[in-house]
Amino acid sequence: MKPASLASLGRFQSLLALAVLMVALSLASDHFLTAENGVNILRQISVNLCLSIGLTLVILSGGIDLSVGAVLALAGAVAAGLLKSGLELPMWNVHLELTVAGAVMVGVGVGVALGLVNGLMVTRLLIPPFVATLAMMSIARGLTQLWTGGHPISRLGPPFGFIGTGSFLAIPMPVWIVVVLCVIALVICHRTPFGRHLYAVGGSERAARLTGLNVDAIRVVVYVVGGALSGLAGILVTARLDSAQPNAGLGYELDAIAAVVIGGTSLSGGRGSVAGTALGCLLIGVLSNGLTLLDVSPFWQQIVKGAVIAVAVALDRRSSRQERLS
Amino acid sequence: MSGLPPPVLAARGLCKSFPGVRALQDVSLELHAGRLLALLGENGAGKSTLMSILAGVTRPDRGDVLVAGQAVHFSSTRQAREQGVVAIFQELSLAGNLTVAENIFLGREPRTRLGTIDYAAMNASARSLLERLGVEIAAETRVSALRVSQQQTVEIARALSTQARVLIMDEPTSALAQREIDSLLRLIGELKRADVAIIYITHKFEELTGIADDVLIMRDGEAVAARAFAELTHAEIVRLMVGREMQPFALQTNRATADEALRVEELSLPHPTRPGDYIVKDVSLRVARGEVVGLFGLVGAGRTELLETIFGAHSKRARGQVWVAGRRLAGDSAAAIAGGLALAPEDRKHDGLILGLSARENAGLASTRASTRFGLLSPRQEQGRLDPLFAQLQLNVRSAEQPVRNLSGGNQQKVVLAKWLATQPEALLLDEPTRGIDVMAKNEIYALIHLLAGQGLGILLASSELPELLAVCHRIIVLCEGCCTGEFTRAEATAELLMQAALPRTLARHA
Repeated sequence: MKPASLASLGRFQSLLALAVLMVALSLASDHFLTAENGVNILRQISVNLCLSIGLTLVILSGGIDLSVGAVLALAGAVAAGLLKSGLELPMWNVHLELTVAGAVMVGVGVGVALGLVNGLMVTRLLIPPFVATLAMMSIARGLTQLWTGGHPISRLGPPFGFIGTGSFLAIPMPVWIVVVLCVIALVICHRTPFGRHLYAVGGSERAARLTGLNVDAIRVVVYVVGGALSGLAGILVTARLDSAQPNAGLGYELDAIAAVVIGGTSLSGGRGSVAGTALGCLLIGVLSNGLTLLDVSPFWQQIVKGAVIAVAVALDRRSSRQERLS
Repeated sequence: MSGLPPPVLAARGLCKSFPGVRALQDVSLELHAGRLLALLGENGAGKSTLMSILAGVTRPDRGDVLVAGQAVHFSSTRQAREQGVVAIFQELSLAGNLTVAENIFLGREPRTRLGTIDYAAMNASARSLLERLGVEIAAETRVSALRVSQQQTVEIARALSTQARVLIMDEPTSALAQREIDSLLRLIGELKRADVAIIYITHKFEELTGIADDVLIMRDGEAVAARAFAELTHAEIVRLMVGREMQPFALQTNRATADEALRVEELSLPHPTRPGDYIVKDVSLRVARGEVVGLFGLVGAGRTELLETIFGAHSKRARGQVWVAGRRLAGDSAAAIAGGLALAPEDRKHDGLILGLSARENAGLASTRASTRFGLLSPRQEQGRLDPLFAQLQLNVRSAEQPVRNLSGGNQQKVVLAKWLATQPEALLLDEPTRGIDVMAKNEIYALIHLLAGQGLGILLASSELPELLAVCHRIIVLCEGCCTGEFTRAEATAELLMQAALPRTLARHA
């Protein structure tokens, strides 16, 4: 077979799996193929997708970010806390009240700041990304506990809640937000110099350097973007629950990594796409939704999810190996 | 060859296809104890595939491998080794963090009665092996501390320790300096006398005189000739390899102008860990527009490092000045590129290209800004800029959207050149531009170098191949241990003079 057709077959593997899964679930359950359930699935995956988009960029550049779940929690907690009690600046004897837009910016800002620290740890202190973001995960978890005192921050008001629970044209707000983010990320990846450079850095850092690309700047930017999207995901979760939980986002980094790898992005960088990640998220979402509809126990669901990750990556490795041999 | 005993290793009708490529087509060979079979052919002729089948890395689609007359079906290099067939690949398979003895006996460590490794016995056996090979390497040395040539010797020692009867060597001299090549060739003579049969893959014919007994020439996956080495002349071998008479490359006589493209003044690169030691020391040179200047030196002379330093890749450590078209460069590689400099690195696959990206994406990588409109890359604009370059370079691909991973070495090098020509450079630094490229494509690259020089670029060409430099360059500069040790015009230069200047004065230093 021609390499091009093999490669494209590999790219559509998860699409194929998704189609098969949806047909099977439609046959197995009357409740699966309904508009209501479709919207439900999209809303359920929106937070994971928000994290996964940022993580895809990080992984494409050859890095990894384990701190996304912890950053989500801290961003949500800080935004909720400031929205509820305002910002006290005793030095200037000022008390600031935050608007909803202000709270969103605070959440994203927290993500940007922590992402920047991640990026600087990786590029300036030369800490391997796995270790740097593991450290950040622990730090952000600790900061969240300090900030909340271990208690949820709840009752944030309907205007803020609208971000998580409202809908527009019958589509929930979080879905609108992540769809827009997906489109932006796709354009950045495939239609901007930055996107091209991102794939180059992940493909071969040394070649990218010898081509005159500012490798360190690119790597810092992807961690900052990843942090910003984690912060935004924190807002989505908090607004949906009308409450910032100290333990929000626990283990979300693993779901995000799963979505990225099921979507065909290589953990060694340089290969994959945001479109694949969106598909990966959808696959995971449809699977767990379907299994729930079929009354499969959550314990079994975890086992199935693990098996799907292993099979998806094994298939992907096989097709990429064939591509390489030709 | 009727008087010879049965072959120790034979292949009958081997066929192998990869998706889209027929790599081997009905290839047979016979290998006899104590004889060396030279396996020759252009890149892509199928030598590597044949080697990996014989060594147990790949399985043939059809055909048999026979060891001492018995058909065998290797499914791993381990099984091949158990039958006495050992391959030494270009990428050495040693664990750098382990010692010489640990590497030689990896997987077969002698044990004490308690089941732990018997280091005393292991080191003693390693020492006697190395002695037998006539090399002075301590068995307790970490492999990462050895030079490449020494590491190769360790691989050979490992092969011998398994009682190898067949040794397959893939371009073993490609990373070696002349002195090291001589000692390797001596070692091969020893092995032949010890009745080891050898398959020797190479591009360099001059090495074969004195060691080769038989020749197998491959072209497009087929064995086109199997003869005694003595029966063939050099010209006949080349003709069989390429399938037609070769035109030797003729230098076009475009004159170097007086205009300066590149000037380097007192450039030094201190050693990163040994204070007071230099990798490049006080190098000054000048390349005029339209001029091709060669940079010759043995392995370790600092050719690659000099080019990288000129290119700003070591800007934090380097001292000295680089001027391009009369403007001084200050800063890193990005500044060098902006100043009109370009570098085609030696390790094309890892340092020059992003293998997963397409030819177009690679070629556009150094000049994405020029194809950008309102912050977005315009594929049409990119194509419009790159297509003329691809045409000028005669890039021979089905589609520029193919990943460069699947392109031949010659086409890959053209993609690297296109990437830099798209930045409209003043001077081009080429590091071993024809390494691993077949004979026909080499001549194409030489013609391109002259075409580009004719268009006014200054070209600095580093190479370890003397014939290449003597054919292509107007002037040749020789490096030895980081210093400039000679400069010759095209008329003055001979292989002997260049080699003399390239040999270290202090021969005792590494011996």
